[in-house]
Amino acid sequence: MSLRQTHGAEIDAILALYPHKRSAILAVLYIAQDAYGQLSDAAIREVAEILDATVTDVFEVVGFYTLLYDDKVGKVVLQVCDDVPCAFCGAEELVGTLESKLGIKSEETTADGLFTLQRVKCLAACNRAPVLQANLDYHGELSTPEKVDELLSQLRTRIANNDNISISGRKATL
Amino acid sequence: MPPITEHVVLRDLDVPNIADLDVYIQHEGYEALRNAVKEKSPQDIINVVKDAGLRGRGGAGFPAGVKWGFLPKDVYPRYLCCNADESEPGTFNNHQIIDRNPHQLIEGVALAAYAIECQKAFIYIRGEFAAGALRLEKAIADATARGFLGKNVFGTNTSIEIIVHRGAGAYICGEETALLESLEGKVGHPRLKPPFPAVAGLYGKPTIVNNVETLTNVPRIVLKGVEWYRKNGTEKSPGTKVFSLSGHVNKPGNYEVPFGVTMRELIYDYAGGMRDDKKVKIIVPGGASSAWLTEANLDVAMDYESLAAAGTMLGSGGIIILDETVSAVELAYKMDEFFKHESCGKCTPCREGTHYLVKTLHKFTHGGAVKNDINKLHDVYNQMAGNCFCLLGESAVVPIRTALRLFPEEFEAALAKSPARHAIPLTLAH
Repeated sequence: MSLRQTHGAEIDAILALYPHKRSAILAVLYIAQDAYGQLSDAAIREVAEILDATVTDVFEVVGFYTLLYDDKVGKVVLQVCDDVPCAFCGAEELVGTLESKLGIKSEETTADGLFTLQRVKCLAACNRAPVLQANLDYHGELSTPEKVDELLSQLRTRIANNDNISISGRKATL
Repeated sequence: MPPITEHVVLRDLDVPNIADLDVYIQHEGYEALRNAVKEKSPQDIINVVKDAGLRGRGGAGFPAGVKWGFLPKDVYPRYLCCNADESEPGTFNNHQIIDRNPHQLIEGVALAAYAIECQKAFIYIRGEFAAGALRLEKAIADATARGFLGKNVFGTNTSIEIIVHRGAGAYICGEETALLESLEGKVGHPRLKPPFPAVAGLYGKPTIVNNVETLTNVPRIVLKGVEWYRKNGTEKSPGTKVFSLSGHVNKPGNYEVPFGVTMRELIYDYAGGMRDDKKVKIIVPGGASSAWLTEANLDVAMDYESLAAAGTMLGSGGIIILDETVSAVELAYKMDEFFKHESCGKCTPCREGTHYLVKTLHKFTHGGAVKNDINKLHDVYNQMAGNCFCLLGESAVVPIRTALRLFPEEFEAALAKSPARHAIPLTLAH
């Protein structure tokens, strides 16, 4: 099934917002990323066709923005801020805890395909340091291994129930 | 300085649930917009914002009303872009406004759109604010359903459509011309100026770019007037400012205060003082791009002029306070790692310069520094300064330059401990 078949109305509504189709590129890429789990070459070509853009232009955009994933990621992408001030407020400890609990290093995905762990720059939630985003939902004050356990168990339940899982953040929690 | 008696921007602290449209309406919500479209001309709105002296909160501090006056006459369509790409390390006030007082931001966008005769306004929101984007979309839909936005605003001939546009992770898109490129569906590379966006911006049309906090001030200024607004702040920096305090303070958070309070008041009266009563070592007063201050500067007044006189800037209002446990070398390394990560790659001084700064700083933090490396750091930032295409590269110079100026002994000490210190320095081009 193509994106046009599965998300035609949503894509048309987005295209209608802009004087030029190409402005819809990030929004359509977010849809493709959720539908396919990553922005594969085929997905990128499909988006280019929807937007009447060249394939090169879409590849360039995918390569530029950090929230567009051309490699396969887990069901939930965990993005830990390791920037200032988090770096001095427990971010390194948080990364360490996650690495040991998940059994992976940063920038890797667990063997079961559930979690990808990444280090990212400032998330504009410095008052909640150390902070991470899980599929772009904020989780702050993660200063103990117990809090990390609690979060991972909540996320595992959500994945098991397929409860609003969107790596693009299209179903972020209000 | 006494605290403010009511919030201008963070009204969520005075009015619980102000994010709810009905609650917002009960507290004068959308009255300014109603009065404007029914009884005032666009020029009236520009004049009141100009007279209030509202200065852009995104970093530059340029007067918003003056900016609005730069649009060329009789060229349409015109666009308004609200810059919600808040990504400057240490800054999180836009985040709170979007989450907790979204309608005041939206009303501000609508008023600015009316003032500049724009029918389609965009809120460019950083991709990470996924929930914030959904919240704004819902708030816009709610306001549109009541006839406050969309076609025929409050039954008049004015049309104002507001579109929430989510970015996808790139600090550079907070630079106004990179933001426009991104909105056009391209990579976020900054444009050469001039032409400035007011002349040729989004899709080549006259465009105004304003920050979230700036626009959130506008409904209150239009409704309550210039005199009310100027009750707070100083002559040249009127009104209030929402400072984001983070790092080693007891109560990190956003604090809305009159311009002109001192740094000491912010840290000790508002943010609860220092964690474990430790001493202040380094203050980054206005986001990662601002020159550092130290304990010696605690009595600086927090307004544009006083911070400039202290050799730094008010910037984004993101204040990072760090205690004596933090190494200046490590801080410079982390900050320049940020700029290296976020460099868009368009110009050589920034792309290569940030790379060499981080590579050399890494040697200091990881025991590989050699004798010539302090000179190399000076050499690299001096080659960057004044030569980068946009302010990102220029900002990357600031952390390392201030670190070397304020804490040279820490670099010397790191070098003295470096196992590699006696190695023969290689040339820069390895």
